[in-house]
Amino acid sequence: MQASPPAGTGVCFSAARRWRMAETVFWLAAAATFFGLPGYHLLLTEIAIIGLFALSLDLILGFAGIASLGHAAFFGLGAYVAGLLGKHGWGDPLLGLAAGAGSAALLGFLTSFLVLRGSDLTRLVVTLGVALLLGEAANQAAWLTGGADGLQGVEIAPLLGRFEFDLFGRTAYAYCLVVTFVLFMVARQIVNSPFGLSVRAVRDNALRARAIGVPVNSRLVAIYTVAAAYAGIAGALLAQTTQFVSLDVLALHRSADVLLAVVIGGVGYLYGGLIGAVFLKVLQDVFAGLTPQYWTFWIGLVLVVLVLVGRERAVAGARDVVRRVVGIRRRTS
Amino acid sequence: MADLLVLDQVRAGYGDATVIVGVDLRVGQGEALAVLGRNGTGKTTLVNTVIGVTRHQGGTIRFDGADIAKLSPDRRARAGLGWVPQERNIFKSLTVEENLTAVARPGPWTVGHAYAMFPRLKERRGNLGNQLSGGEQQMLAIARALMLNPKLLLLDEPTEGLAPIIVGELLAALRRIIREEGLSAIVVEQHAQKILGMTDRAIILDRGRIVHADTSSALIADPAPLNEYLGVTARRPPAAHARS
Repeated sequence: MQASPPAGTGVCFSAARRWRMAETVFWLAAAATFFGLPGYHLLLTEIAIIGLFALSLDLILGFAGIASLGHAAFFGLGAYVAGLLGKHGWGDPLLGLAAGAGSAALLGFLTSFLVLRGSDLTRLVVTLGVALLLGEAANQAAWLTGGADGLQGVEIAPLLGRFEFDLFGRTAYAYCLVVTFVLFMVARQIVNSPFGLSVRAVRDNALRARAIGVPVNSRLVAIYTVAAAYAGIAGALLAQTTQFVSLDVLALHRSADVLLAVVIGGVGYLYGGLIGAVFLKVLQDVFAGLTPQYWTFWIGLVLVVLVLVGRERAVAGARDVVRRVVGIRRRTS
Repeated sequence: MADLLVLDQVRAGYGDATVIVGVDLRVGQGEALAVLGRNGTGKTTLVNTVIGVTRHQGGTIRFDGADIAKLSPDRRARAGLGWVPQERNIFKSLTVEENLTAVARPGPWTVGHAYAMFPRLKERRGNLGNQLSGGEQQMLAIARALMLNPKLLLLDEPTEGLAPIIVGELLAALRRIIREEGLSAIVVEQHAQKILGMTDRAIILDRGRIVHADTSSALIADPAPLNEYLGVTARRPPAAHARS
């Protein structure tokens, strides 16, 4: 009668309400990177931002079953709003985060009605279309966004009035890590609340959920809006920590990258996006260092192999190799 | 006994096909109704029509004094209709407790109350829906419907495909829910002898119409209609099970 958990359910970090030791280890390790890897704060900042962005996608893909190829729309809007505030003298970081979240949430709420109906394919096209529309709007509104030249002159005030954003990314990384952690905890509460459980019930079977009293549409609208707010905050973090916003934040590859991060890390257990972001960015960094001209080729190859072999098998294989290596060392010592 | 559910000349089906034709039905507060009939006579469609997952083609459906014919299934459920579908429809990626919590609404039926009714579920509270046996899934489906704190429970062939020992356990729980908790219920069943002892009245469906309606005790005393429409004779249930 016992069966393995369904695909997409993390084994170590299940979405169970109980806090697990592995989770403590994960976040302690993340905190340790702040002190242990001072030379990598810029890369780690980027990872934290993509991790948060991936977490927001996981909220709709993993928990509500809404596939999206246009999640960058919310990320980009959050980035532009925070960037514009910074450019026009409203550079307080937390104000920028709130404005990025609010504007993205509003866009998420308005566009959520487009994804209520239709299949995955319809949703992919609709979300992609929204991101393309926004991208072209940002391109045309060069007077506001800077167009292809990007939004320049963004000035961000010290965090909490005390911590200046430095060139080495020390403040930026601490800021992004704390924001990501806080929002992760909020997301964890959401997905384990009765609301979150009913969203997961909708993902399992919307018709069934509706027939036993779950208001399917309002649940989907709500989770889509929350996820959009998360993506907007991630975008605002990018704008604030780089003090620059380009059309790139709305580009298709942003949506594709974050989708890859979630797929690599595993959907539907919150940590998937974070782990996938670490894997993807480290992979990019390593390959870009090894073969600056062909790094995208190698990343593509790794992703194809990962998908064909299967993440679980790849992880199990890696674990097996580690066990053997450890076993050989023990025998020889 | 005040009417809780009233169907007047209801026609319904799937797409253009009409399955139930001109059904008149009344279920009172605290009353339990058995819906009997052979396979394909419209029993499930009747329940699905009350729940709102078929195409309503005519007639009125009033529940607790309000017209619900045009309400969506989730609004009907929140109005007080608790559905236990034939396929059980457990959310397989949720644990037992999460299945219960996901749909819970305020009222006397809490997770603790559901566990008291079905102790097996408490033992399995951390198991995923797809790790349960058929009987446990059925218990979970009933408990989940109760978590809505419904005014009327609709059970569609709750014992179908289950081992006899589990059937006994389930029927005992249903009897407690209906008789001791006093919950109104519609129980769809092919095997009349299983449920007539716990219901007040029974209707027999044939080709989407009600062809016979009587009290359960009358059908137990004179099973001729059962023989005629179902091709079976109801065994007289044990005295302890008979609803007073």
